[in-house]
Amino acid sequence: MRAPSISLPRVAAVTPIPRLTNRTRAWLACLSCITFLVMLFVAAALLGRSGLDIDFLHRKLAPSLAYPFGTDWLGRDMLTRTVLGLCRSLAIGLLAAGCSSVISIVLGIMAGTMGRRVDSVLSLLIDTVMATPHLVLLILVSFACGGGPQGIIIAVAVSHWPRLARIIRAELLQLRESEFIHLSRKLGKTPSWIALHHLLPHLLPQFMIGLILMFPHAILHAAGLTFLGFGLTPHEPSIGMLLSESMRHLSTGYWWLAILPGLSLVFTVKLFDILGNNLRTLLDPRTAQE
Amino acid sequence: MLEIHNLSISFQRNRASFDRETLSVVSDISLSVQPGEIVALIGASGAGKSLVAHALLGLLPANATMSGEFIFKGKRLSPAGIQELRGREIALIPQSVTHLNPLTRVGKQVYRSARLSGRCADTAHTSCDRTFARYQLADTVKSMYPFQISRGMARRVLTATATAGNANLIIADEPTTGLDPEVSEQSLAHLKELATQGKGVVLITHDLENGVQIADTLVVLYEGMTVEITPARALEENDLIMHPYTRSLWQALPRNGFMSLPPTPSSSTLNRNGCLFAERCPQARPGCRQSAPSLRRVNHKLVRCNHVAG
Amino acid sequence: MLRAEKICYRYDKDIPLLEGVICTINSGEIVGLPGPSGCGKSTLARLMAGFDHPQSGIIFCNDQALPASGFSPVQMIFQHPELAVNPRWKIGKILAEGNTDCSELLQRFGIGLNQLERYPHELSGGELQRITLIRAMTPATRYLIADEMTASLDPATQALIWQTVLSWAKSRQVGVLAISHDASLLNCICDRIDNGFCLQSPSSHLREPIAA
Repeated sequence: MRAPSISLPRVAAVTPIPRLTNRTRAWLACLSCITFLVMLFVAAALLGRSGLDIDFLHRKLAPSLAYPFGTDWLGRDMLTRTVLGLCRSLAIGLLAAGCSSVISIVLGIMAGTMGRRVDSVLSLLIDTVMATPHLVLLILVSFACGGGPQGIIIAVAVSHWPRLARIIRAELLQLRESEFIHLSRKLGKTPSWIALHHLLPHLLPQFMIGLILMFPHAILHAAGLTFLGFGLTPHEPSIGMLLSESMRHLSTGYWWLAILPGLSLVFTVKLFDILGNNLRTLLDPRTAQE
Repeated sequence: MLEIHNLSISFQRNRASFDRETLSVVSDISLSVQPGEIVALIGASGAGKSLVAHALLGLLPANATMSGEFIFKGKRLSPAGIQELRGREIALIPQSVTHLNPLTRVGKQVYRSARLSGRCADTAHTSCDRTFARYQLADTVKSMYPFQISRGMARRVLTATATAGNANLIIADEPTTGLDPEVSEQSLAHLKELATQGKGVVLITHDLENGVQIADTLVVLYEGMTVEITPARALEENDLIMHPYTRSLWQALPRNGFMSLPPTPSSSTLNRNGCLFAERCPQARPGCRQSAPSLRRVNHKLVRCNHVAG
Repeated sequence: MLRAEKICYRYDKDIPLLEGVICTINSGEIVGLPGPSGCGKSTLARLMAGFDHPQSGIIFCNDQALPASGFSPVQMIFQHPELAVNPRWKIGKILAEGNTDCSELLQRFGIGLNQLERYPHELSGGELQRITLIRAMTPATRYLIADEMTASLDPATQALIWQTVLSWAKSRQVGVLAISHDASLLNCICDRIDNGFCLQSPSSHLREPIAA
């Protein structure tokens, strides 16, 4: 059994299937998210607000070249309304997710570092909020805050933090017991040094991914609240409002009023979801190289 | 039963933001296992022992590329074909209970591995009972969770998961690491017994003494290459015709003098043109750095060295 | 002198694992601690390094109690080096956390300077264990506790690591507590073997409800 050198013909050589690496996919997701946002804002600037004017000559037109998304029963251009509505939903989603993640990082760190008693109180709080049906909590809070944009933002912020807070708490508890933290203490490092150099680099990626994954949720729930009538006022375009209005006309065959804005919302949400999941594989050292 | 020819494994890894590089980790490993034979893969951590096991089980990650030839029971297999055999014909004895599902009772996991190996519900139950009896595990152990069992029991449970089916080739990954002598003795005895039943056993270990103790053939790996394939008793008989690396491993054992080699130069400076071991080899000659040796037959063993002679 | 004075330790409110244990390491002395798994070797090591606190008894380091904060003169090495380093740090930063002047040790352990730019998962177990050792082998270290330090390494690496540690310890009068179940290794490296601390036979406690 004389083993030949490596350069001899390989019998069962596997030709690697040309497949995207995790990193390429993350780059692509990032790129498409940015392109989408840029396109959305450029479109909003180009279209202006003229499409929002009532025009009884062009009522209930099906999608065509002049009106790609059709027009509604008041003759307003649905493309303009969808683009402006999406911008608004994105802004609200971003604010709400930002507020929510701040709540979750503060509470998560408190639960993970301030001892057993604080931890059990906060864990109870997390479980309570998670056990309450999302929509009920959303409606109650936004109603209590008097509706409108700030009602939605507060409602989404108050109802979305537990998941991320729990992740941060678990990560901290696990880190505190790990050998390298114990050793660091024995090497004479102060708690604040350990927090800054050991804990923070582990928490930041978790936090960022949590934030990005929370974002589509927030958009979706903001739209949902508006759809149910607890959110924004009817004269400002927003996706939830568009969908809610279109319900009245859906049965009479005006499908474009609901389908196209709905699809654009699904598309936006899915895009950010994909971005979050791809970043997660990239930041995990075990999957980053694949 | 199993033959591997010229197995090479390389990994793709990220370098700069858009750049990727290929690292060759295992190159040109050949070995063969006969029924009833114990083959020990011996090498330092990072020498590629466990990669060979992963390749055999089809468990390499997505960024690995493998080339080479597998022949199992006379049939040539593609890497995809090797995956088909996992759990049926080829079974792994994992290193520790962390490889078991922590939330499932032990008995159920052994039963499940019997089912997955292709047994029907009835025979799986009887073979499960039989393996439990064989490894002197009381019936009460079946309803315990992995965290509840002691290390000695854990070894026997892990062996049971691999033997509850009817796999013919058993891969044992570091069966003695971190165990006290009594338990590791017992663990090795079970492997020996599997071999006498006619199964092929691949023993992956860094511990040369275990290998010498129970294996029939030693395959010594260095930096992802087979440097020597030798009958195990040759070492005990103090047969000095062996690869300098094998000899240094042997002489580094506490009972054989505890002699150490100069430390490894880091792998990026390794000269891939010449002999990989030349930098540390006590008998290196100038020529060793220029020409890479290939495996050649010296007496009854295969050695990858330019200058050992029979 | 590192001295454990009549130490008692128990997990939960169960049977005591260690009771009245006395263990002494002198400066520059290599003490071996053999024994089957589950008899409390690792627990004693963690107590003497100050990772845990005994329920009764005191650990003295040079006639003072172990410092609660700041650099500890007693450093510990674990069996699995990959758990003892921060996976998101490069090797250079890991070393600098403990030892800022380590060029000589790097050379003696055969760690190339290009390794310092890598991440822990890119190194082999043997290389990583040498990194954790260099980090702990500072000028201020007086005692080194090695808990199965080379149990998962090959004989050649084991010999290299121990010989380097031993010569370093002898030259700086550092005491070493070597814990291993490999009796021939301990015979080979130790000045003295401490046999008398095991309280009870290993199989009578610790998650062994059913006799095998």
